[in-house]
Amino acid sequence: MAKLHVSTTVNGEPLEFLCEPYETMLDTLRNQLALTGSKEGCASGDCGACSITLDDRLVCSCLMLAAEAEGHEIRTIEGMARGGRLHPLQEKFLEQAALQCGICTSGMLVASEALLAKNPEPSEEEVRFWLAGNLCRCTGYDKIVRAVLETAAEIREAAQ
Amino acid sequence: MNIVVNNKWIGQRTIRPDGVDKVTGRAAFAADTAMPGMIWGKVLRSPHPHARIRGIDISKAERLPGVKAVVTSRDVVDFPLDKSVMLGIQDMRWMCRNVMARDKALFPGHPVAAVAATTEAIAARACELIEVDYEVQPFSIEIDDAIKPDAPILHELNKFEGKPSNIVGQLEHKKGDIEAGFKQADVIIERTFTTRPVHQGYIEPHACLISVTADGKTTIWSSSQGQFMVRAMTSMLTGIPQSDIRAIPAEIGGGFGGKTIVYLEPLATLLAKKSGRPVKMVMTREEVMRATGPTSGSKSTVKIGAKKDGTIVAAQGTFYLQAGAFPGSPIRGAAGCSFAPYDIANVLSVGYDVCSNRSKVAAYRAPGAPIGAYAVECVLDEVAESLNMDPLDFRLKNAAKQGTKAAHGPVFPRIGYIETLEAAKNSPHYSTPTGKLQGRGVASGFWFNAGGESSAQVNITEDGNVVVTTGHPDIGGSRAGIANVCAELLGIDYRRVSVIIGDTQTVGFSNLTGGSRVLFASSMVVTQATEKVINTLRERAAKVWEIDPEAVKWENGAAHPASPNAGQFEPLTLEDLAEKAPQQGGPIGAGVQLNTQGADGGFGTHICDVEVDIELGIARVIKYTAVQDVGRAVHPGYVEGQLQGGVAQGIGWALNEEYIYRSDGKVDNPGFLDYRMPVCSDLPMLDTILVEVPNPKHPQGVKGVGEVPLVPVMAAVANAIYRATGKRFYALPMSPPKVLEGLQEPVQQAAE
Repeated sequence: MAKLHVSTTVNGEPLEFLCEPYETMLDTLRNQLALTGSKEGCASGDCGACSITLDDRLVCSCLMLAAEAEGHEIRTIEGMARGGRLHPLQEKFLEQAALQCGICTSGMLVASEALLAKNPEPSEEEVRFWLAGNLCRCTGYDKIVRAVLETAAEIREAAQ
Repeated sequence: MNIVVNNKWIGQRTIRPDGVDKVTGRAAFAADTAMPGMIWGKVLRSPHPHARIRGIDISKAERLPGVKAVVTSRDVVDFPLDKSVMLGIQDMRWMCRNVMARDKALFPGHPVAAVAATTEAIAARACELIEVDYEVQPFSIEIDDAIKPDAPILHELNKFEGKPSNIVGQLEHKKGDIEAGFKQADVIIERTFTTRPVHQGYIEPHACLISVTADGKTTIWSSSQGQFMVRAMTSMLTGIPQSDIRAIPAEIGGGFGGKTIVYLEPLATLLAKKSGRPVKMVMTREEVMRATGPTSGSKSTVKIGAKKDGTIVAAQGTFYLQAGAFPGSPIRGAAGCSFAPYDIANVLSVGYDVCSNRSKVAAYRAPGAPIGAYAVECVLDEVAESLNMDPLDFRLKNAAKQGTKAAHGPVFPRIGYIETLEAAKNSPHYSTPTGKLQGRGVASGFWFNAGGESSAQVNITEDGNVVVTTGHPDIGGSRAGIANVCAELLGIDYRRVSVIIGDTQTVGFSNLTGGSRVLFASSMVVTQATEKVINTLRERAAKVWEIDPEAVKWENGAAHPASPNAGQFEPLTLEDLAEKAPQQGGPIGAGVQLNTQGADGGFGTHICDVEVDIELGIARVIKYTAVQDVGRAVHPGYVEGQLQGGVAQGIGWALNEEYIYRSDGKVDNPGFLDYRMPVCSDLPMLDTILVEVPNPKHPQGVKGVGEVPLVPVMAAVANAIYRATGKRFYALPMSPPKVLEGLQEPVQQAAE
């Protein structure tokens, strides 16, 4: 079967690519677009290391076909820092030692940003259930949850 | 030695050197690298748990367009069965057969051939075209089946008590007279426990990219717990000399012991050599679950006797650990660590290593110790209860301390076990009341810790900053600890210290990242290298000032006269001396290579509260405190992280995680949906108390911290479930169906 032509927007930049009909968004990001910040931990939507947003909706890019990006807007971890400035979540993860090996970190950050966009004042329980689709085997989640809650509080404070 | 430290950076929560790369997605893990001309490798794996391989026909696969190379065990260097060749704790006889089955396939998932092709899809298709002639054999997976007299034998060569057997190793620790000890006891409790195999569960699957040039020069990018291990094993299994193999450590996405051996690297090297193209291989999650790790399943019997006053007089443990396809269960950890926290006059601790038809066991955080401690700490809880003693008081009465001779050999130096018990007892957690269907359990744990070979190079840049190169993959933030140590000694801002992990051809030999050795060993070599650099800096300043180097002290990033008698001079900073270096003797830097000694064991005590839903059988951890003697927390954030991560893994092991085998011997749950590790909503905040009893044999007082946190967890959870429900469980995991089944028996609510 012939490859499909896809026009999409990735991290705010319009781009085009060719993909196999069966190719996942994750494989296209990693193997064609050199955006390797999204990781493959399971390829079955269970670990969340490949989390991206599709028109601001949090999705596992391993469960999305690349062809589905046509006409939509994709954001990945590579688009989170703006103009060389880290996002407050990225800063907070570093301050709080909220990562150890770092393999889940991209997905955690993308998921956390999506949470705060929807819910600027999440409770601990809401953070825990929102991030339940992102596995971390190193941290026990403690410092991650704290980092998200503190960032949310600081963003609210700054907005006042 | 005229170095003044102000303790400015040791103990600070600095930003890790690799941090920005990791929060922006730039950090290059094993699967993130590509090369021009790169092709893809795939492994064909045995579908059978036990089968003789009569022949392999690769001709159809080789003819498939796009296929560039096929390899089988003929291409892998053979290590004959009659002669053991050790590399560290691994026997290359088993390693060569684990990476590629030779005469027999010994577990479902055992590699039998590998293919490299222009796309992953073609490589996978080619694997299907390989014809393997199997003669299927009977198999056994569970320990009880594998040690039956008529069990199918995996390795005929191995004899136990004169007969071919799957018991492939035995270890015994003995102290005092066990029978005489039990005669003194007023209370004796003996119980048998089982645990299931659990996987290390790193989120990053094994991966590598390997290039072999026509002259044999080999470059390996892979994620592992030791680039030198990768180089040595790849060299031994491919015949390429170590000097021709440059193993570059990629960032590693979790290991927990599971990346201390090779799986893909020798195969990718052979494929790259045969095809002349760089070869990339990445395991699927299913391959990770079927063919790597996990830790042993186990069966343990523990008997403990105590007097009415609470003195333990005798303790006996028998630990059977499942090695999987090849010998190598961590019986040393199970038999050696489990009684170590206690001063017991009479101990007999025996471990048995049992082969069976599942994947070869790999190290998992304090290998063996959590299995032994689970059994011992649960029995201790019952003994304390029968003596009407608080479980922490009972442990305090019997706690090992300086001068205690452990059953596994050493006489303990100054250790901090008692301090962990006292801190647990005095913690706010321990005095918080528990509610209905809630219960509180405690347990302790020990791990040997390790020293061993490490190398480091400390170089001063021309602009007066610092680059430190060490040889240990950093999995949990060790670079941050190294930056703190080096900055402290030099008296400069930690952000001026860049810490990198060298590859095998640019830094001296460094042993694995494992055993809780990395910060202990690497900060020791970095300290010595930095001290050498500081001595050079003092000599340079002495030359400028025309005084004796001994009259120069180093403080706050600059050379100063050591005393007013030495003369009046303006300080010379690191930048000043770096600038003058070309005129004063050249580049400033020093390397140190050591076989580090003095890694004293680590102790921890945990408190766990659970709440049990008796209708659904769900035990939920609602509060947890881990107390540990960490020696010195060089970077407290990452030390706490080690404790929290170990606890989360232990909660998974206790409550949910297990390998489930089908009747045909295959793992039935080889993915993260059905092999259920704790997710964020399963856990509460995990509190930590860092007790710091500095290690006198280490320049910063460091003790290893990574392993201990997993050791006490399963017992702490089990003891808590008992307090909540009145029911003791002797098998892991205590998953909802099993808890529910156990509670069908009359429930006796423990006193609130």
